[in-house]
Amino acid sequence: MSAICLYFQIHQPFRLKRYRFFDIGNDHYYYDDFSNEEILSRIAQHSYLPANELLLDMIKSSNKKFKVAFSISGTAIEQFQRFMPEFLESLKKLVATGCVEFISEPYAHSLAALTDIDEFRRQVELHNQLIYTEFGQKPKVFKNTEFVYNDEIAAYIADMGYKAVLTEGAKHILGWKSPNYIYTSAGAKKLKVLFRNSKLSDDIAMRFSDTAWHEYPLTADKYMNWIAQSPKEEQIINIALNYETLGENHPRQTGIFDFIKALPRFAEEKGIEFWTPSEAASKLKAVDTISVTHPISGADEARDTSAWLGNDLQNEAFNKLYSIAERVHLCSNERLLQDWLYLQSSDHFFYMSTKHFGDGAAHALFSPFESPYMAFTNYMNVLSDFIVRVEEQYPLSIENEELNALLTTIKNQESEIEQLNKELRSLKTSMEEREAEETPTQPAKKPEKEEKPKKTAKRPAAKKAAK
Amino acid sequence: MKALMFGWEFPPHILGGLGTASYGLTKGMAENGNMEITFVIPKPHGDEDKSFANIIGAGNTPIAWRDTDWDYVKSRIGNVMDPQLYFDLRSHIYADFNYMNVNDLGCIEFSGRYPDNLLEEINNYSIVAGVIARTVDFDIIHSHDWLTYPAGIHAKQVSGKPLVIHVHATDFDRSRGNVNPTVFNIERDGMLNADHIITVSNLTRRTVIEKYGIDPAKVTTVHNAVEPLSEELLNVEHHKMKEKVVTFLGRITMQKGPEYFVEAAAKVLQKVHNVRFVMAGSGDMMEKMIRLAAKKDISDRFHFPGFQKGKQVYEMLKASDVYIMPSVSEPFGISPLEAMQMGVPSIISKQSGCAEILNHVIKTDFWDIDAMADAIYSIITYPAMHKQLKEEGLKEVNEIVWKKAGKKVIDIYNNLLNK
Repeated sequence: MSAICLYFQIHQPFRLKRYRFFDIGNDHYYYDDFSNEEILSRIAQHSYLPANELLLDMIKSSNKKFKVAFSISGTAIEQFQRFMPEFLESLKKLVATGCVEFISEPYAHSLAALTDIDEFRRQVELHNQLIYTEFGQKPKVFKNTEFVYNDEIAAYIADMGYKAVLTEGAKHILGWKSPNYIYTSAGAKKLKVLFRNSKLSDDIAMRFSDTAWHEYPLTADKYMNWIAQSPKEEQIINIALNYETLGENHPRQTGIFDFIKALPRFAEEKGIEFWTPSEAASKLKAVDTISVTHPISGADEARDTSAWLGNDLQNEAFNKLYSIAERVHLCSNERLLQDWLYLQSSDHFFYMSTKHFGDGAAHALFSPFESPYMAFTNYMNVLSDFIVRVEEQYPLSIENEELNALLTTIKNQESEIEQLNKELRSLKTSMEEREAEETPTQPAKKPEKEEKPKKTAKRPAAKKAAK
Repeated sequence: MKALMFGWEFPPHILGGLGTASYGLTKGMAENGNMEITFVIPKPHGDEDKSFANIIGAGNTPIAWRDTDWDYVKSRIGNVMDPQLYFDLRSHIYADFNYMNVNDLGCIEFSGRYPDNLLEEINNYSIVAGVIARTVDFDIIHSHDWLTYPAGIHAKQVSGKPLVIHVHATDFDRSRGNVNPTVFNIERDGMLNADHIITVSNLTRRTVIEKYGIDPAKVTTVHNAVEPLSEELLNVEHHKMKEKVVTFLGRITMQKGPEYFVEAAAKVLQKVHNVRFVMAGSGDMMEKMIRLAAKKDISDRFHFPGFQKGKQVYEMLKASDVYIMPSVSEPFGISPLEAMQMGVPSIISKQSGCAEILNHVIKTDFWDIDAMADAIYSIITYPAMHKQLKEEGLKEVNEIVWKKAGKKVIDIYNNLLNK
């Protein structure tokens, strides 16, 4: 065993406020600022801030041998900017050590990859821009929302220029294969696939403070022993955790911080290194190709997309949302585009899950709603208002193609007018220069002719914009 | 095991939820096997289902000795009672009740309803219970609701057998807090004398513990269940409306919170117009509700078809898109379960006992008309909401069977008898 890749995920959605149907068309602000701020600052105090300090300390005391990767959703970064800028400052300090790598993901922590590739691409780009402006990095490794992945998505990821992707080491995909190797994707031969080691990750994420677990208490010594005992030829162990695992899901008094802190020491004893994902992707060769036809994810026991798209409620909300995607892309209203992003966060669909027994516990735990039905109603009301606003921009009676043509006309109009004006001016000057008597009629006619079709094109478009 | 049960109503002649629940429970207990149940009701009609319980009519039980012969008894009450039982009962008359208003067979007449002289009927019922308890063989006594508590206590005193009382409702539910002291005393007396108390929900359990000051250790919740509907009722014919229909079915009384439904309807109608609201039932608040609907200017969309009985109930449910029960205080509330059986999504108040066991319904506070209106709007506007509630609700309600509830009651019996 040569190395560990340690990933931390940070995501916070813009939770929706209670939005009744009589608010539709009247109230266009959808977010519960109070609880968003409350939740973010609570978790930051318990987890994000002390964890940053811990990691900084670990990097320094290990002489930069300890490395980590972060994937932070755009909606989370926006909330930090608004409610907790000190966290971003502290993270920048961490980044300055050079031992932190950022991973790319869709901006809104959305499931766009499953239905709308243009939107997916747009969000990945947006996220990259944000990471670049905040932290000065251009991510090379990709991790989709909640590890959602299949061959098709792999092809899009490779197409966007990524060399590796991280996904869940779902048992039904790997079978007898170990997640501790690098594979290539059947959807894109050049794309390397890193698999999250579910067992070792969940030992920390889910079981660390579980006193009923037969391995309790988990010590860094024991944990590193497990890793060291894995077969020698195995290449890499990917441990991916939610950042809240440190301090929030397992409170400080469970000893989670000390556990993490002790990891590098025992790793060094056993000759195990910490790598960043892009390091792993470039150092290691793929051993095999893996094909994933149905999307996998990191959620619930099933490790599929049923946590978000498992019932009628979720599917209706999801389909309704993406049914207007094309139209939204034609809009340029910034608030509308912002709401469009926020409404796509996968969390909204997670709250609508009706898996009441077993996995349902996790759904109920994280949901701000009393029941999936309430979550659905609230979301649909908000979405209805959003659709009304999109319609106000451009009525739905016009087909997308037609609208697109009209919009291009409007867009081109200005340059066209300018060009024609130029032409007019040059003709005028040449006219004056010639000072001939028979010539003026000819150039004067020309621009008139060209202005006519322009006017007809302008009218309907202008009307629509005014509506 | 042999149980002697005292009840007030028994299908098909029922006036409220009590009869349905007593019947379902008795049947569910019988399905568990090895149960012999004698069920006493004030006035049997002869068309009751006797396959799982022996039914004794209090009105056919002699309390004063009359010299009659077999044939006469058979001709008088043969349709509801085996003459032999009459003579057995007659040999156990324990005091001279000739001063009472008895008929030619030495029996007291019962209305079997809720007449004005209800307290007198309750008392008479308890006198009769003394005769029955001396005649019939049983291990345990089970009294359904306050009307039969005195009878249960009497039977316990006569036989020394343990008494279980079944609280289907308390006067706090019926009166929104303004309890009738006489009723309260009868209820509390029953609870104090009972060896164990069964409540139909945790809500009622809390009322019993907190308002009546009963030791929590002897109060157990056994949630009601619902009988599977017959094919005939499930496929009942109905007029499908072009518009969406939101239905309230039940007594229009303070307890049921009808005014919150009217208020919520008014909110919905501000936004959508292809919907009608129905308040089916009768009660002392009906006129007030008609006036309220008129005041809200929604009378053209808010309908009062009056009391529905039998098949009409199911026709009405079948034609509905939403069922609503905004009860202020509902010990259990069986009607939303029936609506779910008919495939109608339900909205219920959190103050209803059945909310404790249902997941695939919408629960709101009874006073939260905004939430209620929002839920109505959601179900009639978003197809997935209706579909999911309908399908999952049906699955859920089909799991709520009386046999499971009956098992719990039998377990309680066993605990008492093995003490």
